[in-house]
Amino acid sequence: MKTCLIVDDSKVIRMVARRILEELDFSIIEAADGEKAMEACRIRMPDAILLDWNMPVMSGIDFLRELRKMNGGDQPVVVFCTTENDIEHIREALQAGANEYIMKPFDSDIIQAKFAQVGLL
Amino acid sequence: MKPENFAWLCRYLQENTGLVLGSDKMYLVESRLMPVARKHLVDGLDALIETLRSRRPRELERDVIDAMMTNESFFFRDGKPFEQFRQFVLPRMLQSRATERTIRIWSAACSTGQEPYSIAMILKEEEAQLAGWKVDIIATDISHEALARARSGIYSQFEVQRGLPIQLLIKYFTQDGDRWQIVPELRAMVQFREFNLLDDFGPLGRFDVVFCRNVLIYFDQATKASILERISRIMAPDGLLYLGGAETVLGVTDRFVPLPAHRGIYGLAAEMQRMRFAAGA
Ligand SMILES: C[S@@+](CC[C@H](N)C(=O)[O-])C[C@H]1O[C@@H](n2cnc3c(N)ncnc32)[C@H](O)[C@@H]1O
Repeated sequence: MKTCLIVDDSKVIRMVARRILEELDFSIIEAADGEKAMEACRIRMPDAILLDWNMPVMSGIDFLRELRKMNGGDQPVVVFCTTENDIEHIREALQAGANEYIMKPFDSDIIQAKFAQVGLL
Repeated sequence: MKPENFAWLCRYLQENTGLVLGSDKMYLVESRLMPVARKHLVDGLDALIETLRSRRPRELERDVIDAMMTNESFFFRDGKPFEQFRQFVLPRMLQSRATERTIRIWSAACSTGQEPYSIAMILKEEEAQLAGWKVDIIATDISHEALARARSGIYSQFEVQRGLPIQLLIKYFTQDGDRWQIVPELRAMVQFREFNLLDDFGPLGRFDVVFCRNVLIYFDQATKASILERISRIMAPDGLLYLGGAETVLGVTDRFVPLPAHRGIYGLAAEMQRMRFAAGA
């Protein structure tokens, strides 16, 4: 079973995403900000990370840059999932090493399509 | 809606578009035609059908047909067929047409344009190999409204997130809030045309690759067979046909046979036979 780390400061979003990804057979870990996500990755690198952008303590983009520098941090497939819906943000995310990008609002079809595209399904 | 009007409409749609409606589809018909009745200021669905029966106003006909079509489509629908197009179909065409340097592709029920634009994106990504080539993408559909959307190249945020890789989104679209528009350069690669698959294919010319995906499912056996046979006649001998995931030629026509190693792609039976002979099998 593949693991997915869901990083979002909204408990509701984490719950919605968890339900969708559990349906797709992922085992889920949650983190409420970038720093907690770093801790989770130090313990165990997940196969996939669904990543919000704006979060307190450490933002998604800062987390991603740190992650990609870490030992083994090039492994997880990172899918942004954010309300930052403009081309500049998308470019910045891809440059920082994101693999895919979901613009909120999302639904299960979008998550499934995006995860399939990056070879996670 | 009165049963006789429903029956008339079913016959009308089948004769004019091929669409077969089950007798259980009354509810679907009603929900789809209510907005058409409102738009044309006719009082209810029986009045709508009776106007259609007696006078056949062109615009009403068009709107009724548009309303009854299922236009759902996605960029790179099902993934694999487009991967095969890039890795297998295109290289094969580049090799076999090296002298004439022309490829003609037909998207035969293109709906709102995702299919021909997906093809156009692949061609654009491979443009280094295509220098000096002329590649035509002819995209047709019966639905006037779907074609208008296709030509505009404008899609919602939801539509651009189902099947389209993010790298291609930022490369080939411009953004206006939560609407995304295909760049003019890509739009110019596709020729959209209103065309009914029940009509004569002759005027369309000859094709090397035909995408006829997720449309045959709406037709009866005889219509499927007729369309496939007519496609076989306007295809280059080594041309290739794509059908949708739930569609097949098996049991419908013997003009086409599935390519052994490429699911969903079909070649002309006569050509496959010839190739087997040539291979000494
Ligand atoms: C579900 S869409 C398929 C779109 C696209 N090929 C795909 O696979 O995503 C079916 C399309 O077939 C069109 N269609 C149905 N009957 C037709 C006919 N007789 N001639 C041309 N197009 C037709 C409809 O208007 C609709 O846009």
